[in-house]
Amino acid sequence: MAYSTKVLDHYNHPRNVGSFAKDEENIGTGVVGAPECGDVMKLQLKITDQGVIEDARFKTFGCGSAIASSSYVTELVKGKRIDEALAIRNTSIVQELNLPPVKIHCSVLAEDAIKAAISDWKKRKGMAPAEEKKSAEG
Amino acid sequence: MLKLPIYMDNHATTRVDPRVVDAMLPYFSEKFGNAASRNHSFGWEAEEAVEKARGQIAAIIGAKSKEIIFTSGATESDNLAIKGVVDFYKDKGNHIVTCVTEHKAVLDSCRALERAGRATVTYLPVDKYGMVDPDEVRKAITDKTVLVTIMFANNEIGTIHPIAEIGKITREKGVVFHCDAVQAIGKVPVDVDRCGIDLMSLTAHKLYGPKGVGALYVRSKGPRVRLTPIIDGGGHERGMRSGTLNVPGIVGFGAACEIAQREMTDEAARLVELRTRLQAGLFERLEDVYLNGHPTERLPGNLNLSFAYVEGESLLMGINDVAVSSGSACTSATLEPSYVIRALGIDEELAHSSIRFGLGRFNTAEEIDFVTERVSGEVKRLRDMSPLYEMAKEGIDLKSVNWKAD
Repeated sequence: MAYSTKVLDHYNHPRNVGSFAKDEENIGTGVVGAPECGDVMKLQLKITDQGVIEDARFKTFGCGSAIASSSYVTELVKGKRIDEALAIRNTSIVQELNLPPVKIHCSVLAEDAIKAAISDWKKRKGMAPAEEKKSAEG
Repeated sequence: MLKLPIYMDNHATTRVDPRVVDAMLPYFSEKFGNAASRNHSFGWEAEEAVEKARGQIAAIIGAKSKEIIFTSGATESDNLAIKGVVDFYKDKGNHIVTCVTEHKAVLDSCRALERAGRATVTYLPVDKYGMVDPDEVRKAITDKTVLVTIMFANNEIGTIHPIAEIGKITREKGVVFHCDAVQAIGKVPVDVDRCGIDLMSLTAHKLYGPKGVGALYVRSKGPRVRLTPIIDGGGHERGMRSGTLNVPGIVGFGAACEIAQREMTDEAARLVELRTRLQAGLFERLEDVYLNGHPTERLPGNLNLSFAYVEGESLLMGINDVAVSSGSACTSATLEPSYVIRALGIDEELAHSSIRFGLGRFNTAEEIDFVTERVSGEVKRLRDMSPLYEMAKEGIDLKSVNWKAD
């Protein structure tokens, strides 16, 4: 299978790889996927009290498209308000990275990771949790 | 000089040996006859070449020439053996014994017969090394069993089954024994009499011959095995497989077998040395690498490793100048991780992390060293990017995590 130039670029030069320091504040962490499914994404967002995403980090166990999707998402969310970030749909990831149909689940996982990270941040801030998205054991 | 990309996927297919190409070439041009043309020299010449090849192929498995039936490849041979036996012996019974790690050509032939209501099938499990237990074969055989089909060596993990022991049991029980020996021929000694094999699938392209030509060995004596053909036509190949013979392909298949038989001992020793070098190099540079398959009872050129915390397809992408394959779901047509690796009972995650190195005749020590560096470098890079590696380093038991996945 041939990869798109953008997937290759993100895979070879992933943006914002890593984790924030443990003691850093204002961090929301989302971990989605499962090892037995072959995909696990960890997305961390640093969010100001005003609800603006200042910075992002990711780590991903998964195929090249999963790595590229998470790398792209870290770029996409930076500077956005959380309501804007929550409005990001996987289809825009598919479009940007030119993902083939078999890789659409990678983009879905990346969308889920944004939601999970913001939900975690809200919980830490003592805010009402975002609507629980349905989850199923993988 | 190292030439890129490096081909290390010799279980998928092999490069045609230049000596084989030389043997084949005249049969595309001046010697183009149809081996079934009985009345002129063009036909005789083609027939003579086919019979020579038949002898070369028979020799490498300890069979007689007339026991070799040419086919289009091992998938057809497997289909012919399984469907042909079940149909021919339908008055005797309808039960097949096979194993969960067989090639799809065997498993799907069995499933097709099950769906059609023509057979019931027992799929035997394998141990953690991917080996079937001969005692399990014995226990699975009933008075309705007409066929046992177990591969010689597995195409993914390289494990060699105890074929001679299984053959002893099937002979004792009077059940036909089919063996898909595609990966074993020319790599390890295979002898149909010593192993008690009645039907055996072979293909040229796994032993440095051309694609599109294979054979089915059909035992002629002690006992004589009968089959119903699956392709009807002019009655070629003693009525078992109609169709004009692929003369150049067959000539190449014969030449490939002759070379393999002559060079097998030296080649196997060389491949084991290269494989040991690759395995040792990777284990030295990386932690948490696991061997899939049997530590000793395995094909000389096979090394199947799981690199924990790294997904296989992403690793393949990172080492794009090295051609290997992975058991990862993302590299399969079904989007399921390898059923062979999963059958070993290891963690599912390790199936996604598996890489098959298939070493062959044309690989060099220099290539091994390049691949060692390339793979270990990329595994390290991807582990630095892996949340699983990070969690494992922090002492989190990955099995205790409540994963949420869609």
